[in-house]
Amino acid sequence: MTALLLRDLTLALRAGGGFGLSLAFFLIVTILVPFGVGPEGGTLGRIAPGILWVGALLACLLSLDRIFALDHEDGTLDLLATAPIPLETVTATKALAHWLTTGLPLTLAAPVLGVLLNLPVPGFFWLTLSLALGTPALSMIGAFGAALTVGLKRGGLLLSLLVLPLYIPTLIFGADCVRRGVEGLPTATPFLMLVGITLGSIAILPFAAAAAIRVNLR
Amino acid sequence: MSIWEYANPKKFMQTSAWALPWVTGLAVVTLVAGLIWGFFFTPDDFRMGSTVKIIYIHVPAAIMATGTWFMMLAASLVWLIRRHHVSVLAAKAAAPIGTTMTLIGLFTGAIWGQPMWGTWWAWDPRLTAFLILFLFYLGYIALWEAIEDPDTAADLTSVLCLVGSVFAVISRYAVLFWNQGLHQGSSLSLDQEEHVADVYAWPLWVSIIGFGLLFVSLVLIRTRTEIRKRRLRALEARERMA
Repeated sequence: MTALLLRDLTLALRAGGGFGLSLAFFLIVTILVPFGVGPEGGTLGRIAPGILWVGALLACLLSLDRIFALDHEDGTLDLLATAPIPLETVTATKALAHWLTTGLPLTLAAPVLGVLLNLPVPGFFWLTLSLALGTPALSMIGAFGAALTVGLKRGGLLLSLLVLPLYIPTLIFGADCVRRGVEGLPTATPFLMLVGITLGSIAILPFAAAAAIRVNLR
Repeated sequence: MSIWEYANPKKFMQTSAWALPWVTGLAVVTLVAGLIWGFFFTPDDFRMGSTVKIIYIHVPAAIMATGTWFMMLAASLVWLIRRHHVSVLAAKAAAPIGTTMTLIGLFTGAIWGQPMWGTWWAWDPRLTAFLILFLFYLGYIALWEAIEDPDTAADLTSVLCLVGSVFAVISRYAVLFWNQGLHQGSSLSLDQEEHVADVYAWPLWVSIIGFGLLFVSLVLIRTRTEIRKRRLRALEARERMA
């Protein structure tokens, strides 16, 4: 499992594309928004939580098809399926590797971009915390979607369509958590729901993803 | 005699061929009766005028839109557990009907909302939940279409339906939490406070039954078509082998 994790991380770092791409995309979205909306600090500060969450979500979506597609093409996935570790562990590890290469950098970059968007000070803590605890759910759900579409030649559009509605609850609770943090309202409810979704995804979706991969490799 | 007998396609075809004219006939009768009763023989509402009559399409379509997903969930579970082909074909057949019902619900809602709320669309919990449901239907149908092998497609769509159901429920409560909207409470709740007046409720019940029967009839027709498609595919395969 550690070997698989290290392998995925090394591939993501050395092959380029996956690692930098989503981060660059996040950066572009956040920098372009003020040009579209206008430079007034008040407006930007009010929409900043939503923009940052939507940007992180889209950046995450961008790299999803890499989770299993390349391994499926060169046959690694078949080897992993017959390996002594259970396929559920493989899918969970893949999702973890995806999170370490997209979710984690996005979380670390978000506060910096928050400054650009004039995010009010109390928002920074909640932004970092909600992204840190919400993006694992995005990676796990994405891994499930990628597992469903791994056998398809051009599954990219389909993958986005499948994953989009699954991402909505995470987005609602994540962005709302930051918004309430900015306005000084109690954040417990959306925060706990967000963590609940993440934990639930980690508990259930590796099994669903593994089942989908087994079907696809049949 | 158990319900699993109908998992046999032959038995299913026989029974559905017998039942189809009756169900369809009943659906037509109840729909025509319910809609005519609702449109022409109920008084105008004192605030909403005649737009209140959209209720006879809007509410049944909305009920069928969510009901169809539950039917697909049950059918997918039966497929995953007992591997009955008729079951998963019924789920496949039901999906476009559910999509259409969702669209009818959204469109009639927009037409109703424009004069009543002054807007075609609002990010109200119910409306948003229906939009998300619509996306789920689209994803489900697209996945069916994208995969060549029928059994692989059946397995993957069933897994998607299961996971999707969980997330659909979470979305329903998430949007409720997110925004308290314009949509009224439930029109047919047993709570007399929110209930519509009896004069509107009776034709409404008739049209709901009519929509339900229409749904059963359409699912039967479409499932029969899917079974015939499978048979054709099997025949072609046999011919190629020979």
